[in-house]
Amino acid sequence: MNDLLLTGLLMLIKLGMILAVLLTMAAYLVLAERKLLARMQRRYGPNRVGFGGMLQPLADLIKLLTKEDFLPAQADKWLFLLAPGLAAVTALLAFAVVPFAPPLELFGRQLPMVVCDLNVGILYFFGLSSLAVYGVALGGWASNSKYALLGALRAMGQMLSYELAMGLSIVPVILMARSFSLTEIVQAQASLPFALTNPLAFGIFFIAALAESKRTPFDLPEAENELVAGFHTEYSGMRFGLFFVGEYLNLVVLGAIITSLFLGGWHGPLLPPIIWFLGKVLAVAFVFIWIRGTLPRLRYDQLMAFGWKALLPLALVNLLATGGILLWLGGAS
Amino acid sequence: MPLEALSISTAGAFGSELMPPAESLLSLGLYVAMAVGLIAFLLIACRLIGQKTHSKFKDQPYESGIDPTGPAQPGRPVPFYLVAIFFIVFDVEVVFISTWAVAYDLLGWSGFLQILFFIVILFLGLVYLWAEGALDWSPSRQRHSATKEGR
Repeated sequence: MNDLLLTGLLMLIKLGMILAVLLTMAAYLVLAERKLLARMQRRYGPNRVGFGGMLQPLADLIKLLTKEDFLPAQADKWLFLLAPGLAAVTALLAFAVVPFAPPLELFGRQLPMVVCDLNVGILYFFGLSSLAVYGVALGGWASNSKYALLGALRAMGQMLSYELAMGLSIVPVILMARSFSLTEIVQAQASLPFALTNPLAFGIFFIAALAESKRTPFDLPEAENELVAGFHTEYSGMRFGLFFVGEYLNLVVLGAIITSLFLGGWHGPLLPPIIWFLGKVLAVAFVFIWIRGTLPRLRYDQLMAFGWKALLPLALVNLLATGGILLWLGGAS
Repeated sequence: MPLEALSISTAGAFGSELMPPAESLLSLGLYVAMAVGLIAFLLIACRLIGQKTHSKFKDQPYESGIDPTGPAQPGRPVPFYLVAIFFIVFDVEVVFISTWAVAYDLLGWSGFLQILFFIVILFLGLVYLWAEGALDWSPSRQRHSATKEGR
C-alpha cells in the first residue's frame, strides 16, 4: 500500500512539473518572441513590468482573465466557447509521448522521464496534430464572421496539406530507428543525430512544422493586413489567450518533437541530459522566431504549390532512397 | 501490488508486448485529466470574471465597421473540399508506408518492391492531379483551364 502511494505520488509530482514547465515555457516564449523581434527591428520590446519586462507574462494572464468574454451575435455558442480549449488541449496532450531525459533512479525504482512511452508514439502525435485543425476550424466557423471563416478555411487547407509532407518526412526516421516509440528513436541517435544522417528529411519536417504551427512565412490563416486576425478575429479575453498560448505550446511541442526525432533528444556531452533537451528545444524555438523576423509571407497559391508539388514528391523520393540504402547496407536478401 | 496484477490481466498470450504497461497508461490518463481540467478551469473562469455589456452594434461580427451583409457560413469553396479528399487519400498512404517502415528489414527487398509499387501508383495519382490543375490555386490558371475546356 505504502509502495503504491509512493508510486502515485511520484507520478503526480512528475506530471505537475511537466505541465508547469510547459505552460511557463509557452508564456515566456511569448515574451522572448516579443523581445527578440523588437531587437531585430531595433526596438526595446516590453520592459516595464518587473525587471526588464520579466513579469510581463503574469500581467498578460491577469489582464486576459479579467477582460470581457465576448460572444458575437448569431455565433454557434457552444462551438465558439469550446474551440479555444480544443486548440490548447491538443497542444498540451501532444507532449505526452516526448521523452525529455533518460529514466531516473529514485527510491529504488525507475521513474521514466516521459508521461507515457507509447509504442505508437509518432502515430499518437499525428492524431493529435490532426485534431488540432478542429480547434482552429471550429473556432473560425462558429464565429459567424467572414474574416474568421476565411482564416479557418485557409488554416484547414494549409495544415492538412503540410501534415502529409510531415508524415512522409518522418518515415525515414522510423526506418532508421525501426520503431514508432520516441524513446527508442532517441536511443537510436546516441552516436549521431538523424539530422546529420538524413538532412533532407530534417529540412522537410522543419518546413512542414513551420506551416503546421501557422507561423511566418506560412501565417496566412491570421494574415493581419487582409483578414484582421483570421480565425480568432471575434475572440476576446482568455479565449483569445488560449488560442495564443496554444500556438506557443505548439511551438514548444514541435520543438520537442524535432529535438527527439532529428536532433538526438537528450543526448549530448558533459551537461546533464535535461539541460541538453531544453537547450535544443529553445534553440529550435529561437530559429522559428528568427525566421519570423526575417521572411515575408507567402501567397496562398505559392504555399499550396510548395507543399504539394515540392515537399510531397521530395519526401516520397527521400523515403524510398533511405529505405533502399538501408536495405543495401544491411545486406537483406 | 494491484498495478502489477492489472498489467498481468491485460497481457494475454498474444500481443502482450503490444500493450503498454498499466502504470504508463495510468500516467497518460492522469496527464489528460490534469490538462483538460486546467483548460476547463480557464474556460469557465473567463466566463465568470469580467464584465459583460451588450449593445446592438457591439454584438455584430467585426467587418471593418461596415454592416455585415449575408450569412458568414455560405457554401464552402470547392478547392478546399478537394484538399480534404486528397488529404484522406495520401494520409492513408502515409499510414501504410509507416507499417512497412517499422519492419522493412524483415520484409527485405521483396517488401521494398511491393511498397515501391504502391508508392509509384500513388505518385502517378499525384502527377494526374498536377496535370489536371487540381493543385493550382492561382485564379488566372483556373480561369484559363476553364475556358480551354469550354466551361
